[in-house]
Amino acid sequence: MTIKDSRRSKLIYTIAAWTISGMIFFPILWTLITSFKTEAEAISASPSLYAFDWTLENYRDVLSRSPYFNHFWNSVVISLGSSLLGLLIAVPAAWSMAFVQTKKTKHLLMWMLSTKMLPPVGVLIPIYLLFRDFALLDTKLGLVIVMTLINLPIMVWMLYTYFREIPNEILEASRMDGATIGEEIFHVLLPIALPGIASTLLLNVILSWNEAFWTLILTAANAAPLTAFIASYSSPEGLFYAKLSAASAMAIVPILILGWFSQKQLVRGLSFGAVK
Amino acid sequence: MGSITLKQVTKNFDEVNVIKPLDLEIKDGEFIVFVGPSGCGKSTLLRMIAGLEDTTSGNIEIDGIDATKTPPAKRGLAMVFQSYALYPHMTVRNNIAFPLKRAKVSPAEIESKIANAAKILNLTDYLDRKPGQLSGGQRQRVAIGRAIVRQPSAFLFDEPLSNLDASLRVNMRLEISELHKSLVTTMIYVTHDQVEAMTMADRIAVFNAGIIEQVGTPLELYKNPVNKFVAGFIGSPKMNFIDAPQNEDANVSCIGIRPEHITLSTEQGTWAGTVGVIEHLGSESFLHINIEGKGTVTVKADGDCPLKYGDSIYLSAPADKVLKFDNNGLTIR
Repeated sequence: MTIKDSRRSKLIYTIAAWTISGMIFFPILWTLITSFKTEAEAISASPSLYAFDWTLENYRDVLSRSPYFNHFWNSVVISLGSSLLGLLIAVPAAWSMAFVQTKKTKHLLMWMLSTKMLPPVGVLIPIYLLFRDFALLDTKLGLVIVMTLINLPIMVWMLYTYFREIPNEILEASRMDGATIGEEIFHVLLPIALPGIASTLLLNVILSWNEAFWTLILTAANAAPLTAFIASYSSPEGLFYAKLSAASAMAIVPILILGWFSQKQLVRGLSFGAVK
Repeated sequence: MGSITLKQVTKNFDEVNVIKPLDLEIKDGEFIVFVGPSGCGKSTLLRMIAGLEDTTSGNIEIDGIDATKTPPAKRGLAMVFQSYALYPHMTVRNNIAFPLKRAKVSPAEIESKIANAAKILNLTDYLDRKPGQLSGGQRQRVAIGRAIVRQPSAFLFDEPLSNLDASLRVNMRLEISELHKSLVTTMIYVTHDQVEAMTMADRIAVFNAGIIEQVGTPLELYKNPVNKFVAGFIGSPKMNFIDAPQNEDANVSCIGIRPEHITLSTEQGTWAGTVGVIEHLGSESFLHINIEGKGTVTVKADGDCPLKYGDSIYLSAPADKVLKFDNNGLTIR
């Protein structure tokens, strides 16, 4: 390939990447812009990207009409709680699958992943009834448990992939040095796998933060996170696009900021093991 | 104390029997080398002694006490791995301190042991570096340092020099030998390099396909190999095997002559051959000579050997240096 060809293909890839990124980001940009419009401008037949009267009215309305910070706090507790609880279970599980493999380990991993292919609605009724009987409906604890369970297969898989990259000899050396299994995991495995654990935690926080299906079904007011808060703007009196956009913006901005600052870590985590 | 006794030890991986029933006695303070080709079971046996692999049957005794089911941490052994297996997130100091901290040694004692090990292994200037900032040889020294501070009853080395370049390997070989002389602790050393085995060992155990073919001092194995496998494996360049001459006994299937025992003559000899490739090493030369109908044999000659490619030459060997093997490959005495 000549230098000219190489430059041309680089240009084509750059344009394609920006176009696709723009298409993915456009709905978010549109939501952000709409959140600064009046309701009338929001549903105008000829909407504008910038030529309108910018207003913060929707944000004032949203903050005065609903307890945003309660929902925000619920989102934080549920996403962080489920991620930490998930790690507590996933780390020993991934350790045993990576370092104490049996003939059935691969099958077990595949089975765990297959549970992610099941439509959530398939287990809706049993989970709802269980939650009702154990008084977990509309509680943060209930949502922490559900989020942990639905994201656990991904956490175990990610950690398993990370742990497989760590030479077994290092762990064996720690065993020879007199470490117990707990010391081996805490003093050797976890510090080495820290980038992977951070990526796993981060992805799980994002997945839990964005989860809407279970939060809408299992919460009402007390434990409702931001996803349920957005949905509350789709009311029987009709859709208020501008306010809905302001609510959506307030729900997604925290996770966008987190995602922005951790993008390097996330990309590394998600592509780990794919290219050696 | 560091005597290790293996009694009828076996190891199966699923259906595959990788270690056949095996007995071996390793004396306290001895430097024994397990040598053999890849896949012969030598590393597996070392890992069984370490406790990193379960023993399918038989017993492993350390200092007369059955340790077959004892976990690795409780066996009182230290191991140095081929890949060094240092903790990459810890400094050299913390790597060496790790086993001592696990043993709840006091901080003052840990410091003095680290200082002592660092002095022995020339690591004093590198104590605050991480393994990634060290060369291969330094990393291997850290791994040895981590092993010696525990004052184990025996050291287990699993091909520790394989990742080092040739010159460093020679230096480290000497350092490990010197360490053994100063510590006088049992060392079990696994390698596939017979030069390492010959130069370092008090005794060598030659492995082949899950069994020990022969155990003995380096010179015993060199001079009196029990079979064709040991004869071929020990010695560099390897022994030449030639089909038995017609005047030999019927039960002699082939004869073996070491390259250094063959004499060359331009006038007469037992075999006539043509000089092929010559490898000049300076102090000596290795000649690959093709004998009509017998194949190629290697001959060790002086460094200034005047022969050249294509020359005709005669070869012969003194009778007392020729080994004879029967149809089963066993040495005929």
